[in-house]
This record gives sequence, C-alpha cells and structure tokens, in this order.
Amino acid sequence: MSDPILSVAHLSVDLGGRSILRDVSFDLYPGQLCALIGENGAGKTTLLRSLLGLTAQRSGQVLIDGAPADQRRALVGYVPQKIALDPDIPLRTRDLVQLGLDGHRLGLPLFSGRKKALVDQALYAVGAEAFADQRVGELSGGQQQRAVIAHALVRQPRLLILDEPLANLDFGSANALVALLGTLTHIQHIAVLVTAHDMNPLLPVMDRLVYLVGGQAATGSVDEVVRPEVLGKLYGHPVTVLRHGRRILVLPDVAAEDAEACTAAHMSHPEKAD
Amino acid sequence: MLLGNSGFFGSEPVQTALIVGTCAALVSALIGMFTVLRGNAFAGHALADVSSAGGAASLLLGVSPLLGFLGMAWIAAFGMEFLGVRKVRERDLATGIVLGAGLGLSALLLYLDVTTTSTTGAAVSVMFGSMFAIPRSLVGPALMASAAVFLLAGLLYRPMLLTAVDPDLAAARGISPRWIGLLQLLTLGLAVAVCALAIGAVLATALLIGPAGAAIRLSRRPAQAIFWASVIGLTAVWGGIWMAYESYYWFSGNAWPVSFFVVTLVFLFYLVAVLVARVTGLSARPKPVIWPHCEA
Repeated sequence: MSDPILSVAHLSVDLGGRSILRDVSFDLYPGQLCALIGENGAGKTTLLRSLLGLTAQRSGQVLIDGAPADQRRALVGYVPQKIALDPDIPLRTRDLVQLGLDGHRLGLPLFSGRKKALVDQALYAVGAEAFADQRVGELSGGQQQRAVIAHALVRQPRLLILDEPLANLDFGSANALVALLGTLTHIQHIAVLVTAHDMNPLLPVMDRLVYLVGGQAATGSVDEVVRPEVLGKLYGHPVTVLRHGRRILVLPDVAAEDAEACTAAHMSHPEKAD
Repeated sequence: MLLGNSGFFGSEPVQTALIVGTCAALVSALIGMFTVLRGNAFAGHALADVSSAGGAASLLLGVSPLLGFLGMAWIAAFGMEFLGVRKVRERDLATGIVLGAGLGLSALLLYLDVTTTSTTGAAVSVMFGSMFAIPRSLVGPALMASAAVFLLAGLLYRPMLLTAVDPDLAAARGISPRWIGLLQLLTLGLAVAVCALAIGAVLATALLIGPAGAAIRLSRRPAQAIFWASVIGLTAVWGGIWMAYESYYWFSGNAWPVSFFVVTLVFLFYLVAVLVARVTGLSARPKPVIWPHCEA
C-alpha cells in the first residue's frame, strides 16, 4: 500500500492544564474514509484542530504527507461544524468556492479562466451547479453544507476533514451527503475524515474508525473496534454491543450486583413501590 | 456668506467639501461593507464617537484634526481588541465601555476648548462636522488617509472577506482571524477619521454603515456591493453638499448644515434599498429545498 496521507502517532494534547487527548495513534490512506466517533467533550474538535496545525501538542506527532500539519495546509480541505452564513451576505455559491482557491491571498482577485474551470469542477463534484449563482445565505442547510464542501475541495486536497457534517441535517440530506462522501473517497481517491456522534449513518461508507472516549482512542476497522472488550476497556465500564441488521448500538452494562441492590431496595420497601 | 458668490463649483469651500466628501464616501463604501458583514457596525460607531475626543484634543494642541480623529480612533480600536472580543456579548460590552469613556473624555476636552482657546463652534464642528469650513490644507492629508484605506483594504480584500464569511474557514487556511480583525479595525480607524472630518464624529457612522448596509441588500457579489455602496454614498454626499449650498436661498440666508442633508439622504436610500430588496425577493429567507434524491 502507498504511504499514509495522514499519520497520527502517540498524540497527546493539553489545553489550559487539562489533558484533552492521550496517546492517540492512527493512520489514514488515500481512498479511505475514517469516522471519528465520540461524545461531546471526547476530544474530537481538539484532534481536528491538531490535524489543521492550529493546536500545539504536548507530545507525539501529526504528519500530513510526511510533514508537520502546518506545512501541509494546501493538501487539506476543512469543513467546519457550524457554518452560520448570514442570509444577507452578498456572496454567491461560486464566490464562496472561489475563496477556497485564493481566499488566503493578498491583493484583489483577478478573473481567470483556469480558476473558473476549477470552481465549476468543484461545484459539479458536490452537485451544486443548480444553485451556483444563488446567494449562499439563501440556501438550505444541506445546500450550504455542499457549498462549503466545494469550497474545501476546489484546491484539490488529498485529505478532506469534516467536523460533524451530519448534525442539523434531515435524514434525506444526511443520506445524500454520506453518498457524496463515499464517492469522493472511493472514486476520487481522496482521504476523508469525518467526525460524528453516531457511527450508524456512516457505516455504509466507512473504512476505518477512531473511537474517542475521554481523550483516548481505539482505532481500526468497525469489526475490530466495536467489540465489548475493546470499548469496555476504553469506557472503563462494561458495555454491550447490539447489532441489528446494519445498525450498531453501544450501551453501558448494568452490573449484576447493582441490579440486585436495586431489586433488594425495591423489595425491602414495598410500600414505596406504588 | 462665507461661500462667496462665485457659483457652486467656483466656490473654494464647496470644492474642498466635494473632495473630502468624495473621499469619505468611497472609503466608507469599501471598509463599510466588511464592517457590516462582520457585524461590527456598533464597533464602527464607537470608533467614530470616541474619535471625537481626538478631534477636540487637536483643537487644544493645535494639530491637524484629521490626526486627532485618527489617533483616538486607533487608541479605541486597540482598547476594544485588548478588552476582549471573543463573544458577541463581551464584544458589545467592551465596545460600550470604551465608547462611554471616550465620549466622557470628549466632553472634558470640548469644555477646555471652549474655555481656554475660545473656539466657540468646537463642539458642533467636531461632533456634527462643518463641511464648508474644512481648511484647504486638510485636503492633502485626507487624500493620503483615503489612499491608505484603499491600499490596506485592497491588499487584505480576500482574507478579510473569508474571515467575514467564517473565521474557522479562514483559520484553516493559515489566516489569523484575530490579526485580520485588528488590521480591519485599524483600516476602519483611517476611514472614520476621513468621515469624521467630513460630517462629524457622531454622524460618521451614518456614512460608514448606511450605504454599505443598503448595498448589501441589493447585491449578489461583494464587488457589486462595494460599487452600489459607492454610488449611494457619493449621491448622498454630493446631493447633501448641493442641497446645503442651495438651502442658503431656500431659508433666506440661513443655510442648513451639510451633515443633516447627507445623513438624511443616506437614511432615505437605506429605506428604498430595504423596500426594493423586499419586492424583488433578493433578501428572502432561505426556503426549504427538497433533495432531488428524495423526490424519486
């Protein structure tokens, strides 16, 4: 296999004296989709910021195409979590996409046919041609999401990072987005990293999983990671993994002695039961 | 009357007013759009108000009022940045506190102006401007300050736009939203100084925010918004100067202030823009859109 586009090795990050990430390691190869699953506060956003070179790490390293993250920004496309675009902002979808190409440059933008071709290509890749000339503020949530993905794709990144792209989307838009991510990964051969609370919507397209709990991670394929013994160790509490068709549910176990204690308390005060 | 009787364009005060007013309208259109887009209208207003203390100080010290307005606007910009701008509520609070302190200082300095240097019209001229009384010697500095605004805003055009759209997108590109914010406030300070010189420190906001706010409602593209803001600003300033000049004849020798006409015209343009945007549906709220995949 080729070299990994993203390589995270023994990454630990402290913020304000608190340990946020501890010894996180995983690799991501071109043409793979990796889901970063965890609850609020598990360290997902901090991990993403490290990958973007925006947070200093305590130890370990993040390499993008073999170099530190802050030297490889051109290879990374980023879609942030909350994109609250003002409805009145005088910016068409294609202007937003063009800013993905040259938004960091100084001076006034000049018209160029090459740039327009790249912008059109990115709009096509996400299926945004229909609203390319509409103001971004007038678009629906799902359309705005696509516009920002086109913004991230226009520089032809080798790694695309999306922070909670499925939050605030209805089922239809979420499914369409998952299908788009699958196409980008498996047909265009981009490496994609997606964070989410729930792994289920991503299961059909997911190649790898980084499961974060309290700053520590278990990584591998779904079958390697989503097992009671692996997740139980991560949570520090026994868990049950339920599989139903193509859905997965991870639930904390109720320890037998706790359950008995409850029952005993219930039995000894029968008058309170009613 | 001080305007003389050599006709509208022949009068030197009118010429000076037209040049400084044109500068003010153009720099406002440019930096005003970014100010409105970033939701910094209140900060812009505060910079302008606080700059009045600089205008008042310049009369005491005998330096150029443009320098006074600019110095105080920049001090206020640094002050607001230093006091913290992370959350919207904190930003409004920091802005309000700097604004209060600045206007208090302005009250003292204007009092000292009147008592020690017997510049009687100081308060009105600093706060509300007197366009026909701008000394010819200030035309050069006003042009230079405007050129600096064009240079800075032109250079930072795309990073400022991207930061205004979403600071996270900018940060992912290696742009520091904090630095861009500070540079934008400093550029705004320059524009405020030119506007304060033209129509007074308190009224400068009208020119900074009004045309840009109106233009944004009418435009699909940033360059288009700047163009319309320039058109609206210039029409208001030139129209205001002409109406003030003519008002000498309307009110039998009691010409009304230029600032009043300029600000009133800006307000009317804004109303018209809101109506036009409503009617044409340009700033309609987002409608729910059904995914093509779901219709099948």
